[in-house]
Amino acid sequence: MIMSSIQEIQQEIVEEFEMFDDWMQRYEYMIELGKSLPLIDEKYKTDEYIIKGCQSKVWVHADLKDDKIEFTADSDAIITKGIIAILIRSFSGQPPQEILDADTSFIDEIGLKEHLSPTRANGLVSMIKQIKLYAIAYQAKAGN
Amino acid sequence: MASVSTPLTFDVKSIRKDFPILNRKVNEKPLVYFDNAATSQTPQQVIDVIVDYYSNYNANIHRGVHALSQEATDAYEQARIKLQKHFNIPNAYQTLFTSGTTHGINIVASGYAEILKEGDEVIVSALEHHSNIVPWQMLCEKTGAVLKVIPMTDNGTLDMDAFEQLLSDKTKLVFVNHVSNALGTVNPIEFIIEKTHAVGGAVLVDGAQAAPHIKADVQALDVDFYVVSAHKMCGPTGVGMLYGKEKWLEQLPPYQGGGEMIDQVTFEKTTYAGLPHKFEAGTPNICGGIAFGAALDYMNAIGFETIAAYEHELLEYGTEKLKAIDGLRIYGESKEKTAVISFNIEGIHPYDIGTILDKLGVAVRTGHHCAQPIMDFYKIPGTVRASFAFYNTKEEIDILVAAVERAKNMLS
Ligand SMILES: Cc1ncc(COP(=O)(O)O)c(C=O)c1O
Repeated sequence: MIMSSIQEIQQEIVEEFEMFDDWMQRYEYMIELGKSLPLIDEKYKTDEYIIKGCQSKVWVHADLKDDKIEFTADSDAIITKGIIAILIRSFSGQPPQEILDADTSFIDEIGLKEHLSPTRANGLVSMIKQIKLYAIAYQAKAGN
Repeated sequence: MASVSTPLTFDVKSIRKDFPILNRKVNEKPLVYFDNAATSQTPQQVIDVIVDYYSNYNANIHRGVHALSQEATDAYEQARIKLQKHFNIPNAYQTLFTSGTTHGINIVASGYAEILKEGDEVIVSALEHHSNIVPWQMLCEKTGAVLKVIPMTDNGTLDMDAFEQLLSDKTKLVFVNHVSNALGTVNPIEFIIEKTHAVGGAVLVDGAQAAPHIKADVQALDVDFYVVSAHKMCGPTGVGMLYGKEKWLEQLPPYQGGGEMIDQVTFEKTTYAGLPHKFEAGTPNICGGIAFGAALDYMNAIGFETIAAYEHELLEYGTEKLKAIDGLRIYGESKEKTAVISFNIEGIHPYDIGTILDKLGVAVRTGHHCAQPIMDFYKIPGTVRASFAFYNTKEEIDILVAAVERAKNMLS
């Protein structure tokens, strides 16, 4: 199976969201994505993997498989979880370098920019940082 | 200048015309502003005072001999007198301008570092804002004093029996809010003050949430310290007031060193200026202080009793409507309550509800409201808090209720 690049996946997500006429539909879709997000292994839902937003909590875990990073994550708020689902879809299963090079401007394009604002304090900004940190760490490991 | 007469009928439509911000749209919807407990909105009358200050007499105070400085000083000192009268403070020099409630609390807490000894006890309530917890924890660390907590009960009120148990001749200070920001509970501060005085302690009341709704009379209360923020009572941000009994203000050391607070400075020794300047080092928020006075004029012209009665009507209306929503729980059901409704819907995170409400143009606060101990008590991550002001309407509450229903449908 040929894996799509991060850019391709992000483009796909943008196109999916373009089908909706208004914010309600976009949010409903995002909530659905949140509900169908593959569950994180309960053993990673601990303080070691937590990112404490003031508003909602996020847990992220990463594993290296065949030189690609697999992310799993969760949140206690469903809208946050929906955005996590979108981020995971775009980053999980990708090589560390690709993850480091990628950005998240597609989130603006689908009209969800406000959720990545630090004032929201929902843990997502830190989650993206954490994803990048995992990528740096695994890349360093691979370089050894 | 606004006159202090209570209108016979309260006409919210005409009141709303005073607040330009209420005309704006958010996410293409008319703004419904229910985050008044965080910051209230500003009427045109107060905005005009701010514009007038910067347009006509902006100058530093207490320092210049020139006309502008004199005008600014006069206006600032007149504002102090407005605050003094409003809170029935014995003297203008006991009416200290601060940058807000947090600042006022810190002035007292840092002063008490010189007064408290190891083994002394101070008492906080379980319903406090972090602003009224953290400075005291820091104080206890510094002095070795012991911090005790008045527990809360399930309906969001303080346990007064437990409070009486905590009191002893070791009790030096009790600090409690007049009204809880997270739940709206009006605390029995009269009782707390009386009982604390009986054991020889002093009481600081955080009036940040009470001041927009209740006109406190510091002499009738016999309270030792009372602190408020202007931005919760139609005034600007960055200004507030600390009232203190004279004996305490004389005893407490200055909080900050700088200009304005000194009598004589040589490199050997500085003698401090008298009250209130001892606690007002540096150039203050001059315009803010003047605007704070104007905000009090504005609210007094409507009348605090009128405001409280109307807001209570909103509270009852909103409580009844929201309670009718299946699975909705209200936190804080004290009989004595300001117009704050803190709630959650079973199985839904407050952040999610707040996000959808924002999309629908309704501004509420979600989260722990800087009162984490309350959230821990209920074992919840936070609540959705709708807080009403006298310029809100029942129609807006209907919009809130419909928006909550919609959020619930989307999220469950
Ligand atoms: C009860 C209470 N105390 C203190 C504060 C802090 O006020 P400020 O941020 O104006 O200093 C607030 C504001 O949210 C409050 O509600």
